[in-house]
Amino acid sequence: MLEIRNLHVELEDGGTPILKGVNLAVKGGEVHAIMGPNGSGKSTLSYVLSGRDGYVVTQGSATLDGADLLAMAPEERAAAGLFLAFQYPVEIPGVGNMTFLRTALNAQRKARGEAEVSAADFLKLVRAKAKALAIDAEMLRRPVNVGFSGGEKKRNEILQMAVLEPKLCILDETDSGLDVDAMKLVADGVNALRDAGRGFVVITHYQRLLDHIRPDIVHIMADGRIVRTGGPELALEVESNGYAGILAEVA
Amino acid sequence: MAALDATRTRDGVDAQTLRTVEAMAGKYKHGWETDIETEFAPKGLNEDIVRLISEKNGEPAWLLDWRLAAFRRWQQMEEPTWAMVHYPAIDYQDQYYYARPKALSRKPRSLDEVDPRLLATYAKLGIPLREQMILAGVEGAEGAPAAARKVAVDAVFDSVSVGTTFKEELRRAGVIFCAISEAVREHPELVRKYLGSVVPPTDNFFATLNSAVFSDGSFVYVPPGVRCPMELSTYFRINAENTGQFERTLIVADRGAYVSYLEGCTAPRRDTHQLHAAVVEIVALDDAEVKYATVQNWYPGDEEGRGGIYNFVTKRADCRGARSKVMWTQVETGSAITWKYPSCILRGDDSQGEFYSIAIANNAQQADTGTKMIHLGRNTRSRIVSKGISAGRAQNTYRGLVSVHPRAAGSRNYTQCDSLLIGNRCGAHTVPYIEVRNSSSRVEHEATTSKVDEDQLFYCRSRGMSEEEAVALVVNGFCREVLQALPMEFAMEAQSLVAISLEGSVG
Repeated sequence: MLEIRNLHVELEDGGTPILKGVNLAVKGGEVHAIMGPNGSGKSTLSYVLSGRDGYVVTQGSATLDGADLLAMAPEERAAAGLFLAFQYPVEIPGVGNMTFLRTALNAQRKARGEAEVSAADFLKLVRAKAKALAIDAEMLRRPVNVGFSGGEKKRNEILQMAVLEPKLCILDETDSGLDVDAMKLVADGVNALRDAGRGFVVITHYQRLLDHIRPDIVHIMADGRIVRTGGPELALEVESNGYAGILAEVA
Repeated sequence: MAALDATRTRDGVDAQTLRTVEAMAGKYKHGWETDIETEFAPKGLNEDIVRLISEKNGEPAWLLDWRLAAFRRWQQMEEPTWAMVHYPAIDYQDQYYYARPKALSRKPRSLDEVDPRLLATYAKLGIPLREQMILAGVEGAEGAPAAARKVAVDAVFDSVSVGTTFKEELRRAGVIFCAISEAVREHPELVRKYLGSVVPPTDNFFATLNSAVFSDGSFVYVPPGVRCPMELSTYFRINAENTGQFERTLIVADRGAYVSYLEGCTAPRRDTHQLHAAVVEIVALDDAEVKYATVQNWYPGDEEGRGGIYNFVTKRADCRGARSKVMWTQVETGSAITWKYPSCILRGDDSQGEFYSIAIANNAQQADTGTKMIHLGRNTRSRIVSKGISAGRAQNTYRGLVSVHPRAAGSRNYTQCDSLLIGNRCGAHTVPYIEVRNSSSRVEHEATTSKVDEDQLFYCRSRGMSEEEAVALVVNGFCREVLQALPMEFAMEAQSLVAISLEGSVG
């Protein structure tokens, strides 16, 4: 599914190298966790994959089901099945949450040559998905992320994911700023979407999210590279010993 | 030639002018986009042209005198230069001041008699589906599934009104809705009483020009206590080349009356600039309420600023009666130059004025628009919500006056001016004038300027929207408060217009 090979990326502004040869392969049905200290390049990886401006790929490739992600516009990547749950979801004043979601869904369907979803069907679909995430009708009517609490914003990201049904989901520090109850809701939402055809990349600092979203594979990222890969036990090792031990070992 | 042959030579009309008119009309000019034969009066402006226009409308002597007085005044006036718009000098002698589709030489008795190509033009350009059906099928469209709500339409093509729908039903309610040329003939007492009573013929350069040469427009009178049973709508279309359009709209809501009025405007794409100088007057007597909404989509010119309409419009409402209320809503997306300040004179005690505006300027467009709220009566209230959007190399200015007079005790104003910039070559300017001459009134002014945020666009795109869809969504969100003030069918049209106007503004 997702295949990243020797990816090198630098900042457009100033040319500082951030990613220095990332390799990662995610298959359908797998949940990969990427952990690592601040500044290791985790968020950059998520931005580069989703097509944000400001980065230059100097080497390497990234493909989704064989299609060259790096050659596509952000919206084409979305239509191809890539979804990024933002660490800091963006506020869009005056645009209703429902309008936003419906515009997004129909844009993707159009890009894939599918028929648009009718207003009635869409309402039914969103209501069903929203219920599981404890998102009420009032929150659906409010402008996108405006005045939302941290937990509401993250739940809203998961709602978008549930409605858009991507093939590959990247969660960028979705647990940051969440209390335990909110994290549980988010994790339940993600777990409900797990199936054999869908891959996940969960970026996080902490083990605690991984208690709720059990990863198949854990990667440790440091200084722009994946320095160790293991099973869930690797996350536990980080939890008890911090990154220092692993980083010293690699160095 | 029929109409011109029928024109009796009146004293004072130069015989040479008439011969020229006849020669011109004999050549059958063809419109560019709509293949309809058009009759023109000769180019240029002089007293004979004013007389000719009056003559062709079969006007009484008082109106001709009124026009001539305006024309003489206009000759002594200077074009205003205070607005933040720049354009080459307009040669007022190089314009046609009267054009009309040949097929309308005789006034049609019903829309069935209207040239179908004319109706097709309206259908093609900007008229909402519902109104197209009504225009095309006239009364029959009532039963059509889409026509949930009836809208009576008066369509003005170049200088002439081509027909008004639902006349009979309106007449039963006592509402008069017709071409102003017809109102002059059928209801002279009303026209004479109110015409020029809000925007006097001496008001300003463009309004005075309009007073001299206006050829048609719409007239509305809603009698005391009557709630107009449907939305009224006028569509203006400039088709003929080098033609100025000078329509005059007069709306009178008598005591306790209510009317909602929609105005839409389009013009074909042309390389030359076209002049549009309209006047709209609204009179609201005691307890009357008038809502006036405009979706202005005149041709804006190309990316380089070639062509497009010069839109110099004077719109003013007189809240003459106590507790009267006028609401202006405008969506200004077209025109090369927009110079327009729909205003309210809050004369009656407890009267209210509201102004909701979206002004979009893209490419080389220039907009200088806003409102004037003149508080004269006690406890008068006004509210201004202005959303200016600039893209390309466009310049967008909000210019507004809130004036609270000594007698207007206890008055209140709230103004909110928001500007949104797309790209880094455009400009947004806010020029509020505030005068308060008593100590019991309160005036609030809030203003913001922001840029379309890269993060917002990326967020939308990462969810699958194209860049243009993303811009349209963000901008529509920015305009939401104003879009909500529009009648339903206009709101939908306005939303898609916002998207269309901003095409090519990013990337």
